[in-house]
Amino acid sequence: MTRIFVDKKPYEINPKQNLLEACLGHGLDLPYFCWHPALGSVGACRQCAVKVYRDEKDARGRIMMACMTVPTPDMIVSIDDPEVRDFRAGVIEGLMMNHPHDCPVCDEGGQCHLQDMTVMSGHNYRHYEFEKRTFRNQYLGPLLNHEMNRCIQCYRCTRFYNEYAGGEDFGPLKLRNLVYFGRAEDGVLENEFSGNLDEVCPTGVFTDKTAKQHYTRKWDLTFAPSVCPHCALGCNISPAERYGTLRRVVNRYNSQINGYFLCDRGRFGYEHVNSQQRIRSARARQDAKFAEIPKADALDRFSSLAAAGKMIGIGSPRASLEANFALRSLVGAENFYAGVSDGEYGLLGEMLGILRQGPAPATLRQLEHADAAFVLGEDVTSVAPRMALTLRQTVRQVFLEKAEKMGVPRWQDHAVRELAQKDHGPLFIASPYATRLDDVASATYRAAPDDIARLGFAVAHILDASSPDVPSLPADVRAQAESIAAKLQAAARPAVVSGVSTGNAAVIRAAADVARALAKAGKPVAFLLTMEEANSLGLAMLGPKPLGQALEAAKGGQIQTTVILENDLYRRAPAAAIDAFLGAAGHVVVLDSLETRTTEKAELVLPATPFAEADGTLVSSEGRAQRFFRVYPPAGDIQDSWRWLRDILGLLTRPEGLSWQNLDNVVEAVARAFPALERIRDAAPGSGFRIAGAKIPRAPHRFSGRTSMLANIQVSEPKPPEDPDSPLSFTMEGAPVEPPAALQPFFWTGGWNSIQSLNKFQEEIAGPLRGGDPGVRLFETAAGSAAGYLNTVPAAFAPRQGEWLVVPRHHIFGSEELSARAPAIAELSPKPYVALGAEDAAALGAAEGSPVEVKLDGAAARLPLRIEPGLPRGVAALPAGLGPLDGFTLPIWGRIEVTR
Amino acid sequence: MLTPEEQREIEVEAAHYPVRRAACIDALRVVQKHRGWVSDEAVRDIAEFLETSAEDIDSVATFYNLIHRKPVGRHVIMVCDSVSCWVMGYDKMREHLKTRLGVEMGQTTGDGRFTLLPVVCLGACDRAPTMIVDGQLHANLDPPKIDEILERYK
Amino acid sequence: METPLTAKIRPDGEVIDLAAYERAGGYQAARKAMQMAPAEIVDQVKKSGLRGRGGAGFPTGQKWSFVPSGPDAPRPKYLVANGDEMEPGTFKDRVLLEGDPHELIEGMIIAARAIDAERGYVFLRGEYTDAGERIERALHEAASKGYLGKDIFGSGADFDLRLHMSGGRYMCGEETGLLNALEGKRANPRAKPPFPQVSGLFGKPTIVQNIETLCNIPHIVEKGPEWFQKLSLTGDAGTKLYGASGKVKKPGCWELPMGTTMRELLEKHAGGMQDGLKFRGALPGGASTDFLTADHLDVPMDFTEVAKVGSRLGTGTMIVLDDKTCPVGMVYNLEHFFAQESCGWCTPCWSGLHWAEEILASIEAGRGSMEDLAKLEHICKMVGPGNTFCALAPGAAEPLQSGLKYFREDFERHIREKRCPWRDGR
Repeated sequence: MTRIFVDKKPYEINPKQNLLEACLGHGLDLPYFCWHPALGSVGACRQCAVKVYRDEKDARGRIMMACMTVPTPDMIVSIDDPEVRDFRAGVIEGLMMNHPHDCPVCDEGGQCHLQDMTVMSGHNYRHYEFEKRTFRNQYLGPLLNHEMNRCIQCYRCTRFYNEYAGGEDFGPLKLRNLVYFGRAEDGVLENEFSGNLDEVCPTGVFTDKTAKQHYTRKWDLTFAPSVCPHCALGCNISPAERYGTLRRVVNRYNSQINGYFLCDRGRFGYEHVNSQQRIRSARARQDAKFAEIPKADALDRFSSLAAAGKMIGIGSPRASLEANFALRSLVGAENFYAGVSDGEYGLLGEMLGILRQGPAPATLRQLEHADAAFVLGEDVTSVAPRMALTLRQTVRQVFLEKAEKMGVPRWQDHAVRELAQKDHGPLFIASPYATRLDDVASATYRAAPDDIARLGFAVAHILDASSPDVPSLPADVRAQAESIAAKLQAAARPAVVSGVSTGNAAVIRAAADVARALAKAGKPVAFLLTMEEANSLGLAMLGPKPLGQALEAAKGGQIQTTVILENDLYRRAPAAAIDAFLGAAGHVVVLDSLETRTTEKAELVLPATPFAEADGTLVSSEGRAQRFFRVYPPAGDIQDSWRWLRDILGLLTRPEGLSWQNLDNVVEAVARAFPALERIRDAAPGSGFRIAGAKIPRAPHRFSGRTSMLANIQVSEPKPPEDPDSPLSFTMEGAPVEPPAALQPFFWTGGWNSIQSLNKFQEEIAGPLRGGDPGVRLFETAAGSAAGYLNTVPAAFAPRQGEWLVVPRHHIFGSEELSARAPAIAELSPKPYVALGAEDAAALGAAEGSPVEVKLDGAAARLPLRIEPGLPRGVAALPAGLGPLDGFTLPIWGRIEVTR
Repeated sequence: MLTPEEQREIEVEAAHYPVRRAACIDALRVVQKHRGWVSDEAVRDIAEFLETSAEDIDSVATFYNLIHRKPVGRHVIMVCDSVSCWVMGYDKMREHLKTRLGVEMGQTTGDGRFTLLPVVCLGACDRAPTMIVDGQLHANLDPPKIDEILERYK
Repeated sequence: METPLTAKIRPDGEVIDLAAYERAGGYQAARKAMQMAPAEIVDQVKKSGLRGRGGAGFPTGQKWSFVPSGPDAPRPKYLVANGDEMEPGTFKDRVLLEGDPHELIEGMIIAARAIDAERGYVFLRGEYTDAGERIERALHEAASKGYLGKDIFGSGADFDLRLHMSGGRYMCGEETGLLNALEGKRANPRAKPPFPQVSGLFGKPTIVQNIETLCNIPHIVEKGPEWFQKLSLTGDAGTKLYGASGKVKKPGCWELPMGTTMRELLEKHAGGMQDGLKFRGALPGGASTDFLTADHLDVPMDFTEVAKVGSRLGTGTMIVLDDKTCPVGMVYNLEHFFAQESCGWCTPCWSGLHWAEEILASIEAGRGSMEDLAKLEHICKMVGPGNTFCALAPGAAEPLQSGLKYFREDFERHIREKRCPWRDGR
């Protein structure tokens, strides 16, 4: 710590930060634009000007840009000096010169950093009386709106898009006061993190196009602290609502996971909540037809079914722990099945076992600070997108350290990048096909899953000869393994990433062996496993039985009733098998929020809440248990799945029917039943938590129209809905004080209406939130150094004559069930295809786009061929989670024929 | 498509740098030398040849004054409008050229013969006013001299 | 009077080729330097007192001494000649580039040895077509004789020297803007520190040096620092390429002892004002210097003395304002240039210079108001040194603030009379 003086007051600061960060960290209001906590400083905008004095006798001082200044011991600084105040106001005046008077119609208004800094500067009179420069806007895709007249040339957009996120199809054009940020031509922005431009841009140049369809001012929105349901990373989000529709999703800072950024799937995938396909009331099948029935009738029916005989339950990797547990309680542990494919069940079992023994899973923040990374089998961008953005920063670590040693501070972003040039730290990616991180990979290895596993085992063996060796490894692969092992060994903080992308358990075991070998050598290895869905790990920790056993049990005709929780079983097994199962599973009851192929076949459908209308606990792939809270109460008969199940339990006179009054009760029940899940109690304060006797408001205190917004329906003001499940209120009433991070619905503070207000809620700029970031890690203790090796090296992949090994290929847009139902995401999703490498395609006599017949285990589909560079001979790929064969567990052997 | 000749010339330039993409400005100059200007398609072709994106190339092309991103005539007249030439009569030279050619600054004559553009100080201030035509310097201008010079460029 | 920089230049305008250059004594200094230790050369240059001739006037030897040396220094190291002469009113480097490119090459060979650089570039503004051709030819000549490339002069050291023609932008003349341009990027400047000596071209140690400065190097090495100091009339050493443009009888460029007075330049070498015109003022060293007036004619034109009277020596080529040329028009022309050349990186420059240009245009067109003068002064303050990212905008402020100071009456007349009073007279 170093002491500096700002306007005659002493402050202890971290000397590794720049002067702007130091001031902001102490809550001082120093305006800025181009500096960003994740992007560092470049000194372009000149907004953060302060006075720095040589010594006490120096009365004049010198204007310096705080973001570019290294704070020195006893430095004398002034923010309030009149001359530098005038200068800062002059900078605003310069920025406002061309700025259109768009505020009333600009989406950014009310959460606009330019507005905030303008007010903060005191500049309020336009002296410039000449013409403003104007631009034509571009079509940039369905996610972002472009309004270039508002640009203040802070360069944040290109720094995020090109430099931080590695995007290429965007950049600055022209110069002087005519700089334009856009594409070479209109078109969809290719980078999967483009949505962050909405929050990175301090004005309204880039705004959320999906939110624009149902625009609401920030002060009129109701928010909640939630968790993204669209992958297993558990990024924190703040979804926002008005008039009962979900309007948008914005980033909710969590320094351990998503930090300042989300992926486009998470930011724009929410629209399924507003879909016409929402199930909004219970319905029952009468002969061939469905009829909507009121809640009481539905419950009656269900309870009579439940009493009738053997009932099984199929859980869900996208439903909360509480919902799954409630189902398990209803049907009994021996009748509770995992609603995942058997293949995935196997992978989850492996992963759970590995995480229990160690190494403990790392956070994304730890991954970011690793200095070498080995990605085994994963196409990270498609299956755990936010992790890919992290890996792009991982490869910079070596140069951040080098620059620091040369006297260049880490935050001096362009200087560090100039020193690094296009070099990057070691990143090795082994996958069956090209990945979107290949451009920053030191080396890639393309092979079938078993061969990828063999590479991993070979690396582990080189690191620790006591781990299994890989016989008959080709020389070039061995050389690659040696190179990888050497880099991991030389690293101070190596990282190993693997997971579900290939669907192959040996790959995961190999990765675990590499991580354990490194741990044994005393390295603080960052070990991460990707998983498919938001609560895949949580579901696995509830000990369900594999789905295949349920399908078997149904064949025997022993099942009277099958309760399916938030799951489309057609995604979990081949259609024929599910058809047969649903035909034999007795009375089929489905709880879900959206129509699916499964709900169509159900006898009784109960309307469950989607994430934005629900509360619960999810366990991320990091093993972090996080509580998510509903943004607004569900309408009509829609209720949490666990409440439906609690209601049934009540009708069956089971004790939970009475004792499960609110979410806390169910959380408690889960914690008691599963010691490994004990700590989920701590994920957030319970519903009784208050601040000075008051609840925490979900809506900002400027929320308008509360008393009149429903006057067209009922002129007297309705009683605000209550929330028995959390310490949050649904209105703006409540304690106007900073709540614990896990309960923070949005970030806002006096004078800082935009997302930059986040500065005021962190212990240190870009550090954890005050009081700690949300979530509790459930796997902490095992270092992995004592864990044994997993002695199952597979044989080398052998291509078969006339058959292909079909591996899954995930897509950030399209593979995940819920986000794929958002129109913007659907627009960006690929159409179903089957992929082959160029050689195999040629051998088959098929070209790009040719229709081919794919035959998997009795099912067939005609699909267009896609040529996928890098796919090895004998290996084909199908898009995961989409297409007519989406129920098959991949990899699987299949036939591919050109259709005549 | 870049012609084989253009590719060859760009390769010569690229060999001067440790990084291929650093030959960006040189590549733009090569293409412009052959074609007079750099089209959107040429930007894409250069990008592909230097293994970068069209946006990367265009962010450079649109920054520099000597790279023309719009079609030009057979001959490009760039008349210096900086201070010494201004003192020595730039306004008069400009008006004469505009009248003689029948165009505004930035325009090309109807017959495609000349494009008239301003340019900053040409570094021949002791011989002001000056202009360059197709890269060749012409100094100590007056209207009759301008007419005579223009005659040389068909 | 010795004129080492221009001594070998042919009066007929043709370039001097390598053979003639050597016959006249060229490349002897290079041979001598290849026998000297790098530190020795740096020392000589330091002792000589040579200061950069590109406008900043930084002591050259000291600049070179910041380059990391020894076996652990990052490699390759680069030497770059800044031939981006685009400062309006400046035309002196052209004389050297077109007339005697081998002098530059020899200077670069020696400088490269001094900083132990194995690669070099001549960065030449794209408009200098003739100079480009002549330099290219000279590079080939030197390479074929083994003076460039691998194992130059049989010394064991390499020096690969290439020509780069710019895309055309004033910002390329700023050393870090030049580095970005040479890397094929937009010529935005870089923050310093880190200085180019630490992180320059492609992140490696680099020296960027003006053409005229480099041309002095062979002579300093050959004849020694004391000789160099004796060439000048004042404390700043050597000769200087001075110039004058505007309505003088004989505009031109002359190599004279450093410290020659403005009066001597104007009256003796430039032949005085054209008949019927009086000297009103001058920008002593190019567009981005403050005006000086008749009161300053006896100021010796060196770095120190010109600074004492509130201006800068800059490039040493002066732009003369006569009494029949509108000062407002001149300032407007200058601000138009600077506004146009702003790279668009930092707010006060891209916004302030544009605004200043608009205000000046309206004053010149007779639509100005008295408040406009306060606005212009405010803009000058906004773009003061340190307030902007690089020196372009503070340079732009120099003629503007000094123009307002010395020619305020002219500005006010434009505003009061709602017209330019000089238009008829021009």
